[in-house]
Amino acid sequence: MKKKSILRSIWQVIYRVGLVLLYILPIAMLFWVALKSAKDIAVNILGVPTEWIGFENFSLAIERMDFLMAFKNSLVVTVVSTVCLCIFSAMAAWVLVRNKTKMSSFIFMLFSVSMLIPFQCVMLPLMKIMGKFGLGQFGIDLMNHQGLILAYIGFGSAMSIMLYHGFIKGIPVELEEAAAIDGCSTPGIFFRIVLPLLAPITTTVGIVNIMWIWNDYLLPSIVLSGKSELRTLPLQTYQFFGSFTTNWGVAAAALLLIMLPVIIFYILAQKKIIKGVVDGAVK
Amino acid sequence: MKRSKLTFWGFLAPCLLCFVGFVLIPTLMGLYYSLTDWNGVARAPKLIGFENYVSVFHDSQYWYSFGYTALFTVCAVLLINGVGFALALLVTRKFRGATLMRSIFFMPNLVGGLLLGYTWKFIFTKIFPATNIPMLGNWLADNKTGFIGLLILMVWQMSGYMMIIYIAGIQNIPDSVMEAASLDGAVGMKKLFKITIPMVAQSFTIGLFLILSNSFKLFDQNMSLTGGNPNHKNEMLALNIYNSAFNSNQMGQAQAKAMIFFITIAIFSVIQLTVTKRAEVEA
Repeated sequence: MKKKSILRSIWQVIYRVGLVLLYILPIAMLFWVALKSAKDIAVNILGVPTEWIGFENFSLAIERMDFLMAFKNSLVVTVVSTVCLCIFSAMAAWVLVRNKTKMSSFIFMLFSVSMLIPFQCVMLPLMKIMGKFGLGQFGIDLMNHQGLILAYIGFGSAMSIMLYHGFIKGIPVELEEAAAIDGCSTPGIFFRIVLPLLAPITTTVGIVNIMWIWNDYLLPSIVLSGKSELRTLPLQTYQFFGSFTTNWGVAAAALLLIMLPVIIFYILAQKKIIKGVVDGAVK
Repeated sequence: MKRSKLTFWGFLAPCLLCFVGFVLIPTLMGLYYSLTDWNGVARAPKLIGFENYVSVFHDSQYWYSFGYTALFTVCAVLLINGVGFALALLVTRKFRGATLMRSIFFMPNLVGGLLLGYTWKFIFTKIFPATNIPMLGNWLADNKTGFIGLLILMVWQMSGYMMIIYIAGIQNIPDSVMEAASLDGAVGMKKLFKITIPMVAQSFTIGLFLILSNSFKLFDQNMSLTGGNPNHKNEMLALNIYNSAFNSNQMGQAQAKAMIFFITIAIFSVIQLTVTKRAEVEA
């Protein structure tokens, strides 16, 4: 009896550790190869390295794909888009909830239905509008970070407004009415009273948008095409792998470097990220 | 309390303008272009009626991709939900390291699709052949193993996500129900099938439709893992639309394909809405 239970707990440890290894293995393999010299990789990609090259592959990867520039671009685009999306969609959702008119419910419905539109549907017309096929339709050049941010506000509003809409419906209107009687202006009511109350759902909206925008490839590939100094990390990854897949040591180091910011963010804000991702999915 | 029209439109404006400019107008333009002979060159596209749709119906590659995508979606829904549920059952048991395992299983979900594709491309084309294990050759050179490869990638990425959703479902089962079941002699498999699974039915619905839409619209992972190669045999729908626009310059046809894609997604979503509504009524 006792022997059986010991065997059982050994088996449990083995399959749990095995399962974890299975999930870590792809990233561990990247590490293993990123630490090896090109010569060692050519001889045997799995073998034990014969020479120690330190983090040379990492510094090569940083240099060759202009990592710091792409990181800065991604950071600017993600942060500005997410902040704008949170404020603007909270504003929109608030007036949509508080105004019970036909127009208001029509606009809300329009946003909800638009969530079904796959990106492939708008991809080509978008290129035409933004000026890929000639000058911009309205004489404005939108093929830069500003254009990309505006596009993210356009594509992200539907989901963000839906999340805020559901939350604001649960907030009693009396507080706002009392503030209005005290002479608070409408923008004052929103920014001083309503917006602070929305903090929990703002975290969710923020995280959903950060994860999406940071990793997005298609939209920037269309908006920023050709302008190498504006490229974000996913675009730079694509460029890098188009030309550099011969040296897998550097390539593996590049993959790890691009993963690093997300993993650090995950370690710092794990609980909030998991909550945000789940809330975003369930609603 | 009545707010002026000015506030209503003023608060709505930032989101609404970006939405109309980047989503609504491009969608309507897309509908128009699908009826023209647009080929991306600057001259004005000519209306040609439903000709593009007719030629899409005769495009065997499109229907191959459609079938591939449908089969992939079915396999992904079953596998990812199955693995996710199994992981959730495992980590909701109380043992040392359960929380750490949870974090590790969820992590791949945060990494972008492009990065995941390149990481697994590295595993399948470099690591697999180097192991010298029979069966583990270059899996991406063929459409059967390429299909399985993409499936493995998606299970690795999404199962942790589904796990989190099922954990929430399992934790919502009242302790009293579990205790009562144990007292009545329900243990092991019996408890799993008679109590746990029926009690998390709602989570299954969420998981089903989440993976359904996710796999059907899959693009980044497909593009970076195989690019649809060899010979378009691993090309899913979204990538097929992309390729016919950018590699063959058939913008009008690509737009017609995108419209059919959109309609298919809309049909699924109507089914989803009906199912969820019915489930809510029953619950």
